[in-house]
Amino acid sequence: MIKLTINNQNISVEPGTTVLEAARKLKINIPTLCNHDDLCVAGNCRVCVVEQTGARTLIAACAMPVSEGMDIHTNTLKVRNARRHIVELLLTEHRADCTKCYKNQNCELQSLANEFAFGDTIFLDLVEDHDYAIDSSSPSFIKDDSKCIRCQRCVRTCEELQYISAIAVANKGAHQKISSFHNRPMSHVVCTNCGQCVNRCPTGALVEKTAIDQVWDAIYDPEKHVVVQTAPAVRIALGEDLGYEPGERVTGKMVNALKQLGFDSVLDTDFTADLTIMEEGTELLTRLKKALVDGDKKISLPMFTSCSPGWIKFIEHKYPEYLPNLSTCKSPQQMFGALAKTFYAQKRNLDPSKIVSVSIMPCTAKKFEADRPEMRASGYKDVDYVLTTRELAVMIKQAGIDFMNLEEAKYDSIMGDSTGAGVIFGATGGVMEAALRTAYEIVTGREVPFKNLNITPVRGMDGVKEATVKIEGCLEEWKFLEGAELKVAIAHGLVNANEIMRQIKNGTGNYHFVEIMACPGGCLGGGGQPIPTNAAIRKNRMKAIYSEDEHMVLRKSHQNPEIIAIYKDFLGKPNSKVSHELLHTHYVERDHF
Amino acid sequence: MENKGLNKVDLIFEKINPKEVLQKAFNMTSTEIIQDMLDSGLKGRGGAGFPTGLKWKYTAAEKSQDKYIICNADEGEPGTFKDREILDRVSTKVHGGMAIAGKAIGAKMGIVYLRGEYRYMLPKIMIELKDFHKMIHEIGYDFNIEYRMGSGAYICGEESALFESIEGKRGEPRNKPPYPTVSGVFGKPTSINNVETLVTAMMIINHGAKNFIQYGTKDSRGSKVFSVSGDTPTPGIFELELGMTVQQFVNEFGDGDTKAVQVGGASGFCVPRKKFVETIIGFEGVPTGGSMKLFNSSRSMYNVLHNYLDFFAEESCGQCTPCRVGCQQLLKGIEKVKKGEVKSTYLTELTKLADTMKIAAKCGLGQSVGNAFKSIVGNFREEIIY
Repeated sequence: MIKLTINNQNISVEPGTTVLEAARKLKINIPTLCNHDDLCVAGNCRVCVVEQTGARTLIAACAMPVSEGMDIHTNTLKVRNARRHIVELLLTEHRADCTKCYKNQNCELQSLANEFAFGDTIFLDLVEDHDYAIDSSSPSFIKDDSKCIRCQRCVRTCEELQYISAIAVANKGAHQKISSFHNRPMSHVVCTNCGQCVNRCPTGALVEKTAIDQVWDAIYDPEKHVVVQTAPAVRIALGEDLGYEPGERVTGKMVNALKQLGFDSVLDTDFTADLTIMEEGTELLTRLKKALVDGDKKISLPMFTSCSPGWIKFIEHKYPEYLPNLSTCKSPQQMFGALAKTFYAQKRNLDPSKIVSVSIMPCTAKKFEADRPEMRASGYKDVDYVLTTRELAVMIKQAGIDFMNLEEAKYDSIMGDSTGAGVIFGATGGVMEAALRTAYEIVTGREVPFKNLNITPVRGMDGVKEATVKIEGCLEEWKFLEGAELKVAIAHGLVNANEIMRQIKNGTGNYHFVEIMACPGGCLGGGGQPIPTNAAIRKNRMKAIYSEDEHMVLRKSHQNPEIIAIYKDFLGKPNSKVSHELLHTHYVERDHF
Repeated sequence: MENKGLNKVDLIFEKINPKEVLQKAFNMTSTEIIQDMLDSGLKGRGGAGFPTGLKWKYTAAEKSQDKYIICNADEGEPGTFKDREILDRVSTKVHGGMAIAGKAIGAKMGIVYLRGEYRYMLPKIMIELKDFHKMIHEIGYDFNIEYRMGSGAYICGEESALFESIEGKRGEPRNKPPYPTVSGVFGKPTSINNVETLVTAMMIINHGAKNFIQYGTKDSRGSKVFSVSGDTPTPGIFELELGMTVQQFVNEFGDGDTKAVQVGGASGFCVPRKKFVETIIGFEGVPTGGSMKLFNSSRSMYNVLHNYLDFFAEESCGQCTPCRVGCQQLLKGIEKVKKGEVKSTYLTELTKLADTMKIAAKCGLGQSVGNAFKSIVGNFREEIIY
């Protein structure tokens, strides 16, 4: 243990601890900006400078490991003056139109300015000297360089968590900026639109491209019937933007709020998550049968899940030779969209051209997905507008709804029923667990052999998880699977996805079925979720997801009565012709650069 | 203060038999070589002046299969051109110094990081390097040197940015600790030394530490190669004993009308005429990596400062706030003062900013911008304002 003092308080900490971490243990707050718990140390904003007795310069608390006998002071005149200067300097390069900024009140630079740099500005404005660009080419987010403070959190996120490096540092000195490959627009580089950079941007330099105004317009348009679907991970995170602590389940309040906002029908993506299990599970079993029984060499295994549009774009760019391994199932969002303007329109006797389909997603890549040209199977744009969890929170505030004191309400019908299997789609491993609950039962006629249906080996925050399920006692039709060991793997965060792909490519990863989610923790850590994010927050959200599952009466997708009904009335059976037209899709190879 | 006067020395370019010196070094133990360096009081000749013996001692103490000795030949300080001359005339002594350092720290690999603009020298050096490799293999010593080219960024002369550059990354300084002696290039213990330091080290082995300390002062042992430029009738490269005053230097190199000398380049200090007599060139006074620029009374010190700040605003890597934004503020600040668009008292705010940069910037670049700024504004305030 290393002994040191901070502000005259003694503390012993493990070697390798930083001064910042040691100070936090003493409940001494040192302001930070470029530092982020999910990312490697940068030490470049210098906001966290503190004084070390005997040192020639101040030291960056985030980057300095403790050493024996260190004597640190975090609040001396020297430190205060330097900090004030640093925050002032950042402000001179930053277009501070705070009152009109989307991140107003949720901006780390603004908070620091309030603490350290109020009153007269000392230095000259440099914004006019820079030729700042605003890149709104991506359908998912806007990159506004005039708000950028060069903390490089986005750069580190894209490289360390996502293995993409769509954004990187370019130029030097006064011209240094966060740029893309050859300074091309974000829509034309290898970017998965995952929005993890948006989640970690301390200012308004990276924000989602909002559709709030368009959605309000649709709601107020008397001609339009506006349906809304809510993704599994929204209900366990929305509360964070509306006064709750992370991990609060606010499903009922959210549904009520959506009704009060004026949506004509409040429905659930969990319904199509259940439907995805029916379609994808059947696809997997069919592939296995063709490969194992028919010996069809053209069948691609392992099969990859296809729910995460960030992951889809990743594989389209980076591993296009594996596109045949992707399940052809659309994501639950897009299945819902296609059904909203066909099945739902028929059932409710509505003109599909008058239906506006809105989705609330924990995700920015969903905005890109909804815009894909493949996603118009209904004859219309299947999903018209995608709102992030954050945008929904903004709308709820705009409408003056007292969210915390709201009564709980239930989803409308049809396409509002769901099971616990649908809701766990929001956590890494959830799709796998839901698929196993159903597929095992289809094949054996019995429930999966795990206590309370909780398939714990596929749960948790490990970057890559593996499990083997032995299939025994098969029904007659599935006898070919008797004794087979189904090997599955799960990855979340694209750096882990890349690791699995690497193993599959070099032959060390042998799986039948692989679930991949682009974002850390799965959708619960999505790029459209409330800011901030860190491991503890994501853990709380995960707990809430599984608690939501346990509170459901039905916990297996094939038990969902509306699923049974839709196959009876409309789709026929899983992977039927109608299913293929509406619920399945294809993928495109994309540039590597 | 000790004053040795101005004495020309011939150590760096002195003709020696490199094979003999290397043979001598390879017969010594690592500890003996390091002790010689410690006894000689040799400090790094790149400008920062870290004791070479200590650097080698720390690197030698690290346990690692792979260690590196790096020669920093990214000579980028404005007004410095001595390393070019040294590599051009005595590259074998540079390589020899690296091999000796390698022996001292236990490194088998040496890399010379050569300034991009010096690429034209490479063909000649490569021939000399081939001969050098042949020679040390004849002696029976296993050591290999490679060259890596810079691409013109000033910041890549900063040791950790240089490592990043060698590793193929963007040249940005790293957080320290860990220091290079623990984790340098490719994460391995590394001793990084200036071109001239390595040659001096070889000459210390040749002449012995005892003889070396005859030169220079207590704080600044030995001699140093100076790059003399500016308003002087005799610009060029001169090896001088350390410990002279700026006045003695000006007497030798000035044009009779010298009003200031910029010692140590853009990151160094400006010494005005009134302080020539009292200022020693060396670590006890104004340290220098070799750049000595003389200005006569026809020069505007505003232009001199503007030129330096323009340089820094361009050459900062841009990653840390105090340096990236601070340089722009200092530059724009003196422009506004000059134009009368802000009050002259704004210079006081800028001086405070320079102080903050000195203590809060991430690396030596940002920390030393204030040297030129404060010494020029402090001594020639009226030239900045009017």
